[in-house]
This record gives sequence, structure tokens and C-alpha cells, in this order.
Amino acid sequence: MITLSGKSVFGGVAIGKLAFYKREDKQIKRHHVDDVDAEIARFEAAQNTAMEELGALYDKAMKDVGEANAMIFEVHQMMLMDLDYVESIRNIITTQEVNAEYAVGTTGDNFSEMFASMDDAYMQGRAADVKDVSDRLIKILSGGGESGVQTDEPVIVAADDLVPSETVQLDKEKVLGFATMYGSANSHTAILARTMNIPAVIGLGEELKTVYDGKDAIIDGFTGTIYIDPDEETLRVMTEKREEDRKKKALLEELKGKENVTLSGQKINVYANIGNLSDVGAVLQNDAGGIGLFRSEFLYLESEDFPTEEQQFQVYKQVAENMAGKKVIIRTLDIGADKQVDYFNLDKEENPALGYRAIRICLTRPEIFKTQLRALYRASAFGQIAIMFPMIISVSEVKRIKEIIEEVKAELRETGIPFREDVEIGIMIETPASVMVSRELAKEVDFFSVGTNDLTQYTLAIDRQNQKLDNFYDPHHPAVLRMIQMAADNAHAEGKWIGICGELGADLELTETFLKMGLDELSVSPSMVLPLRKKIRECE
Amino acid sequence: MKEFKYVVKDELGIHARPAGILVKEIAKAASDVKLQKTGDDRVVNAKSIMAVMSLGVKQGNEVVFTADGADEDEVVAKIEKVMTENL
Repeated sequence: MITLSGKSVFGGVAIGKLAFYKREDKQIKRHHVDDVDAEIARFEAAQNTAMEELGALYDKAMKDVGEANAMIFEVHQMMLMDLDYVESIRNIITTQEVNAEYAVGTTGDNFSEMFASMDDAYMQGRAADVKDVSDRLIKILSGGGESGVQTDEPVIVAADDLVPSETVQLDKEKVLGFATMYGSANSHTAILARTMNIPAVIGLGEELKTVYDGKDAIIDGFTGTIYIDPDEETLRVMTEKREEDRKKKALLEELKGKENVTLSGQKINVYANIGNLSDVGAVLQNDAGGIGLFRSEFLYLESEDFPTEEQQFQVYKQVAENMAGKKVIIRTLDIGADKQVDYFNLDKEENPALGYRAIRICLTRPEIFKTQLRALYRASAFGQIAIMFPMIISVSEVKRIKEIIEEVKAELRETGIPFREDVEIGIMIETPASVMVSRELAKEVDFFSVGTNDLTQYTLAIDRQNQKLDNFYDPHHPAVLRMIQMAADNAHAEGKWIGICGELGADLELTETFLKMGLDELSVSPSMVLPLRKKIRECE
Repeated sequence: MKEFKYVVKDELGIHARPAGILVKEIAKAASDVKLQKTGDDRVVNAKSIMAVMSLGVKQGNEVVFTADGADEDEVVAKIEKVMTENL
């Protein structure tokens, strides 16, 4: 098995035989012509034929990939008729008394060289367009043979790089994927692959050798990898990945833009949980309604020292902006217990789960807490941020948090830094204590989010890390479900909303139960968003 | 002679598609139309798509069109329309 890595331009898995794109030999010979006028006439005739061909390609592209992508062939037509381009060709024919093929080839090289040397990736990509136009003229002039992919079964098309007209002319039914040696994310192969939903890997380099023509191959468009002559294990894993991806895409197709509403008309929000900036892509790809839990710990865990306000602000701002007005619930620092950070200098504890962690650290070391709150409030100006606090057990904690928030807001106001006054404030319901006083807590906050992992461990008195207790650990234990019901009733009694952001939220066996409890939101890992949405639409 | 100045707002700058629309309009005019990017010495023929694209005009760049000929008023009005609508 040979494994090559390149750049991914479209996710997806393609499995099939590799077929190299064949082009006829384009060796251009320079030779002297006696009748310069006749040679110019020959060029003009070729120019007309090329115009017609491009017109036909434009029509085909319009049908296959839409107007925005078809437009490139109109631009090709304009390049073909371009004053400077045509003048250069005529000049070479006239002054050097040479054949049209040579004049076109030289002019094409000069112009594509000019684009290739520009300091702009987009313009560099246009060098391929000029080359495409020139090659078309040369092919018409010299009456070249057929180029393309000769195959009866669908294949993975391999090439050094494909120009736009080559990509569009390929029979879509016969293309499983694209693999190219060169090309950029701005190249037309990349753009068209995305439009046509075809897995593609580009920039594989010269290791993608033509001797691999006809061999079995697999493209993993998610990682930008191609496997040639895959072993059985790889084939099995990738076949599974392809099936998963197909199912997901079908589900997405079915659910995109549809409301999360049960058969009887009950609505519920489905959000996604993330633990890093890089997860935002998955949230959007899976069409989640928002982010229900953004764990801010990674900022602290991936850092050598306390992350600064500016570092945090940039991250929160970016997430808020990427989510474009959809809700982003950020949980403040939840360090301690199973998540340790050296520079916090926390003592070793007998019972870390019951120890100095999360909000308990924040309220005793307000300087750390305030840095995070300032960053969060500053970022609130850039999207719909909500803030949520972990490990709450009593109303006095929430009151203290709100005092600190008021201090932060006053400071920002004084220095004229913009922020939103109406940022929603919520708490995690993950201790039995918070459930028992949830009526009082609901008066103080805008929302609850149930952290079922910790709530289960504290309610059942079972250490999550202790594998010996696995048989006793029942996530569907009625005590836990009644806790959630109680918190939900109390939240609603005070006109507040409640969601679940723990693993239980993704448990499809409980979806019906949660709907009956009247929960307003379920936040699950991005990959569970679509299956959960499907399930909701099937519930009564 | 008539001039038109414009600061490009499109994030891709003058890329292939709008350059195509622009050149198509200008090429119809009888006037001689030149294009220059502020801060760049090159003055190019605005009737050539290759030349227009070769300037590599990016978002935030200012460009100056200079039309000279019988229909200069008309062509500048057209340029203004194309630029504000597409770039």
C-alpha cells in the first residue's frame, strides 16, 4: 500500500480504480511560413471555432454547476478575444514569419507567466485559465487527438492538474473523485469538486506517478490522503467511513433548514458541544442551531501560563463571529478534579471531584475569573454569547458572581469598550444541591443547563473514573431523571429555559422522555446533532 | 478627458468575473479608456481583460479610469455603474 498526503478540498471518501487524465502530445514546432496573411486567417478561424466551443462549454457548465461557475468560460472567451493577447499573436506571426501554433504557444506562456508571478494566490490561479485558452487554440490549429479519461466504469481521476474545461468536460457519472499533483484551493478543479460534491485531494506532488494508472485506490477527502493498492484493513475502515459519510449527507439533505419539531408540534433547540475553536466547523457542517456548551478549559490546558484577556477575547470573538448570530453558550473555567493545570498550583486532594474546582477556584481567585469575564463581555459585541457557570450549589454563589459581573461591566463602560448589556447568564445544574434549590436559583439566572455526567456521579455517589463501579452506574436511574424533571419544573415556574449539555442529551432512548419533561434545548456532540434531530421529528 | 476614481470593496479585488463584466462594457465605447491603480506606475488599456487583471487590484485599492474620446461622459457613467454594482 502506498499512502500519499495532499490538501483536501472536499470531504468524502471515494473508492475505485485510478485513471490518469490523458492529453495528446502538445509539442509545438516552430516553422517558417511564407504567406503571413494566410497564417493570420488560419489563426482567426481557430479563434472562431474556440469561441463556439467555449459557448457550448458555458451552456454545459450552466446546467451542471450553475452560473457562478460557468462564468469562467465567458471569461475565457474574453481572454480569447483580448486585444493585447490577439495583438501579441499577430505580431509574432507577422514579424517572425512563423506558424500560428508557435505564436499562440509563446503568447500563452508569456501571459500565464505574468499571472503566475503576481503576489496574489487568486491571480496566480488564473495562469491556468490563460493556458487553457491557448491550449484550446493550439489543439484546433493542429487538429490534435482526443484527450480525457477512457473508461466504462466510474474512476478516480488523477492528473498533474486539470484546467477548467477539462474538469467540466468529464462525464460526472464516471468520476468518483479527483487526485492531482499540483493545484491550489483556488484552482477550478478545487472549486468544481466542491460544487459537484466530489471528494478531491490536490497537491499530492510528484509521488503520484502515472505507473499507478489502473490501480485500486481510496481517496479520504477528510484528511487529504490517497491510498494506492490499499490493504484489507484500510479498505474496510474506509468503506465504513464512506458509509457513515453517505448516511450523514443523506440525513443533512433531509433535515437541512427544517425545524426540530415533534409530530404533535412541540419544538426544541438542538445545539452542539465543543471543546476547541477547531470544532466550530463541525458544528456548522452538522447544521446545529447553536453552541450549547463551549468548554473554555482548552485555553488554560493548552497554555504554559494563564491565558491573557486578549488571547481569550480573540477566541471567543472568533467563535461568536463564525456562528453568525446563532447562540454560543460559553462555560467559564472548569479546572480541578480530573482536569489539572500546572501553573494553577493546586494541591493534591483526597477527593478531587468533591474538591477545589471550577467556580470554587474562580470565586476565591477573582483575578483569574475577572480576566475571563472581561474577555467574554468584550466578545459579546460580536455575536450572541451567553455565559454559564459550573458547579453551583447555592444562591449566594450566583449573587457573588453577579456582583463581579457588575464590576466588570462598570470597568468596560468606563473605558468605553463596547459590550452587550443583555448577555444571558446561566448555571450548570450538576450537583444535587443545585437541583434542590433550583426554584431559588431560577430567580437569579436566565437559564439552566444540566450537566448529566456530574449530576449522575454526585446523585448516585459513583466515581466516574472507577471502572469497578461500571455495573452500578445506571445513567437512566430514575433518581437522575427525577432531578432533571425537578430542575425543569422550577426553571419553567420562573419563566426561564432549561437544556441538557451532558452525554445523556444524545441518548436517543431518552429523547422522548426529555421532550415530555418539556426541556427547551439539547446540546450534544456535533456528530450526534443530525441523528438527534431526526429522532425528534419522529417523536410524538 | 474624464476621470473616475473608485476604491474597490469586493474582498477578492477585481477578479475574473467582474473584470469580464467591466471590460465587456468598456470595449463597446469609442473612447480610449486607461486604467491605473493608485501607487502603481503602470497605465493599462481598460479594454483588455488580461491587462485589467494584470494590475492585481485588491480590496481597498484605489483605481483611476481615464476616458478620452467622443463618448467619454457616457462610458464613465457606465464604468461607475459597473464598479458600484459589482466591486
